[in-house]
Amino acid sequence: MNDEVDHSRRRLLTAATVGTGAIGVAFAAVPFLSSWQPSARAKALGAPVEVDASKLEAGQMLKVVWRGQAVFVVRRVKSSLDQLGNHDAMLADPQSDDSAQPDYIKSSGPARARNPEYWVGLAVCTHLGCSPLGAFEANNSFQVAGADLGANWPGGFYCPCHGSKYDLSGRVFKSMPAPKNLAIPPYAFASDARIVIGVDDAPKV
Amino acid sequence: MLKSSVLITLALFSAGSAMAEEGGIDLQSSGADITNTESLQRGARNFMNYCSGCHSLKYVRYNRMAVDLKISEAQLAGNLMFTGDKSFDTVNSAMPKDAEIWFGKQPPDLSLMARARGVDYIYSFLKGFYADKTRPWGVNNLYLPSAAMPHVLAEKQGLQKPIFKNEPDAHGSARMVLVGVAAMSPGALKPEEYDQLVRDIANFLDYAGEPVKEKRQSMGVFVMLFLLVFFVFAYLLKKEYWKDVH
Amino acid sequence: MAAAPESADSSKGGSFLGWIDQRFPLTSLWKSHVAEYYAPKNFNFWYYFGSLALLILVNQLVTGIFLTMNYKPSSAEAFASIEYIMRDVNWGWLIRYLHSTGASAFFIVVYLHMFRALLYGSHRKPRELVWIFGCLIFLLLMAEGFMGYVLPWGNMSYWGAQVIVSLFGSLPYIGGTLVEWIRGDYYIADATLNRFFALHVAALPLALIFLVVAHVMALHEVGSNNPDGIEIKKYKDAQGHPLDGIPFHPYYTVKDLVGVAGFLLLFCGVIFFAPSFGGLFLEAPNFEPANALQTPPHIAPVWYFTPFYAMLRAVPSFAGTQVWGVLVMGASIVVLFFVPWLDRSPVRSIRYRGPIYKVMLAVFVLSFIALGVCGLKPPSGIYPTLAKVCTILYFAFFLLMPWYTKFDSVKPVPERVTGHA
Repeated sequence: MNDEVDHSRRRLLTAATVGTGAIGVAFAAVPFLSSWQPSARAKALGAPVEVDASKLEAGQMLKVVWRGQAVFVVRRVKSSLDQLGNHDAMLADPQSDDSAQPDYIKSSGPARARNPEYWVGLAVCTHLGCSPLGAFEANNSFQVAGADLGANWPGGFYCPCHGSKYDLSGRVFKSMPAPKNLAIPPYAFASDARIVIGVDDAPKV
Repeated sequence: MLKSSVLITLALFSAGSAMAEEGGIDLQSSGADITNTESLQRGARNFMNYCSGCHSLKYVRYNRMAVDLKISEAQLAGNLMFTGDKSFDTVNSAMPKDAEIWFGKQPPDLSLMARARGVDYIYSFLKGFYADKTRPWGVNNLYLPSAAMPHVLAEKQGLQKPIFKNEPDAHGSARMVLVGVAAMSPGALKPEEYDQLVRDIANFLDYAGEPVKEKRQSMGVFVMLFLLVFFVFAYLLKKEYWKDVH
Repeated sequence: MAAAPESADSSKGGSFLGWIDQRFPLTSLWKSHVAEYYAPKNFNFWYYFGSLALLILVNQLVTGIFLTMNYKPSSAEAFASIEYIMRDVNWGWLIRYLHSTGASAFFIVVYLHMFRALLYGSHRKPRELVWIFGCLIFLLLMAEGFMGYVLPWGNMSYWGAQVIVSLFGSLPYIGGTLVEWIRGDYYIADATLNRFFALHVAALPLALIFLVVAHVMALHEVGSNNPDGIEIKKYKDAQGHPLDGIPFHPYYTVKDLVGVAGFLLLFCGVIFFAPSFGGLFLEAPNFEPANALQTPPHIAPVWYFTPFYAMLRAVPSFAGTQVWGVLVMGASIVVLFFVPWLDRSPVRSIRYRGPIYKVMLAVFVLSFIALGVCGLKPPSGIYPTLAKVCTILYFAFFLLMPWYTKFDSVKPVPERVTGHA
């Protein structure tokens, strides 16, 4: 064995080889990790969904499926819109500070909508993921028969699994199992009543 | 000794490529170039205009194609999509299910035709139609005898007639062998314009067979350069450590 | 309790490694198999292929696992799921090409690795078990390659499976029943694809890993051979290390790294610039879906099977059965297992053998390559004759070995290894 080993050269070359190898392994890992991202097919199936809400009567709701989740589209009664801001004290998160929604929804205030008349939100209770039911007139529990919603309930969504209550903008009331307001997906209006769910901007038709 | 392994590899390789050339009339060289984006764009348009009525590309997505071929969303919707598909759909044909009654068989999906048969085959096939009254559509094909497909581009190319040659068989009896085609009546396009038309289609189908092909090759250059650097470092490291060994 | 039991070995201190070593022989495994495994210092080019085979095995396992995440093992969906991987899955094309090119690379590397053994007598006593484990690995690799080839469910997959499975049908008495049992149906069907998938992704890889471990353990038990074919354990220094041996780490780890870099250059060259490799690694007819009604114009197995396929075809039917071809093909692999006992030469390495072995080995390699070409070609022209001649030469190499190795001249073998490359 040679006693005159150039240790610094060895260290340098070892560092260079190991460093290059590590970069190579990191690059090689990228394809494998990103192969777990949604594929082109998943993206195609999860593409934006267009809803024609013009046929909805006031106080009616329809559900559409976007990316495997049910989405509510509610046409709210004009009179109830005025009362939306009146019960903030009863809500857990009236300003939706802790809830999921695009910025343009947060800035819309108590209406939580791009157009106050149409409310769009995920039909997924923020407690354990059940699908809430809707009741869109004050004290009207027509779709949630049997449940005592109390005289002061202004109408909104009710989750049959554990009894969480939300108002007409999907904001959860205080002391409910659900911690947050119903999430709102990105959506945009292609025309007055044509809603495209899944995009922030839609070309006007 | 390194040389011998290279030779083995080369021998196997040449055996493989020789295999592809066997049998039938020689294919014509298409000269298709997957890096020629304009040709691919024309090919896509031609395919959608002349082929997609009957043939699907069920593994090709419109939006991916638009990105790869540098076609804008507006051009895609306006010029290339006719069947009411969405941009993220795959390319379906407009052909109803009863196509089998018309052609005797369902027109095949062409997503992988270039990989299964080669670009030159597609190019040659589209140039190989000739008049044959015995066939249901009045044409036959030099490269696919008894082809069930009509000559969709006849109006562009014009009609060709077959050339037969007398080649006595092993027993000496006369036998007419099809050896080629010749122009019979002119079409709307000059021959070189028609060649360009089908070259673009063949090129586009080469793209459709493996959409990642161009990206794969351009990326490969960087991978090779990186590995070369790694090789140099590893080699120097080995040299350094092996100074110990006498 | 008063005190935890102390380790007898004081070097296993309070470090994390010490904690591990008291419970698992990590350091001693590292030492005995890597850091203090003394390998002869004169390994040359041919000694790269063992570590490369291991690298490819890891590549096949990793890429295989990721392909399994998107592949659908059903006759209705398999073909489309491959195109889904090639087009829709992010980077799926690269993962698939790594796997398909890896399969061919595996066979190239293993063939060269086996040739190395024949060059330097690496199968000779006391390394017979190393060789036998290696032959078993080769056999399993062929099964793995064949079943993997069926999975894309292209037309070549389908008809390749049809032809190979039909081979078993030529066996007397049990043939028909056996073929039906292998297929699980009356034709190559969904059930066949499903069981091939199970074997390809679970059973065979497990067996392969086990055999690779056994292969390496047997090797490290007896020590590596070298291009001089002599024992390095004969001359040892004061510490008991072979004078002609060097620790595997760092000397062969850094050397194998050069081999890995060189291999990756070739491997990635194929993946990025010629993944079909002129129709050899991915055959053109396999881009058409399986079609039970239409045979591809020319059926040839993937290139790595063609030498054996050519031998199968070279043997004519005889006494009303084709079983002889199948038997010859089987024998061509079985005979490999006996090489350590067929070779009677007093020396191991080709460096000290006489001209007869050199000629025989060269003729053997050439006929193996020629058989490979014959297997790719349609059985017409000179190929059937060439295949017959080469089949005879293939077997002559093995079956005549006891005689020609015994009578062949030898050169004097040195006491110590000669230099290093």
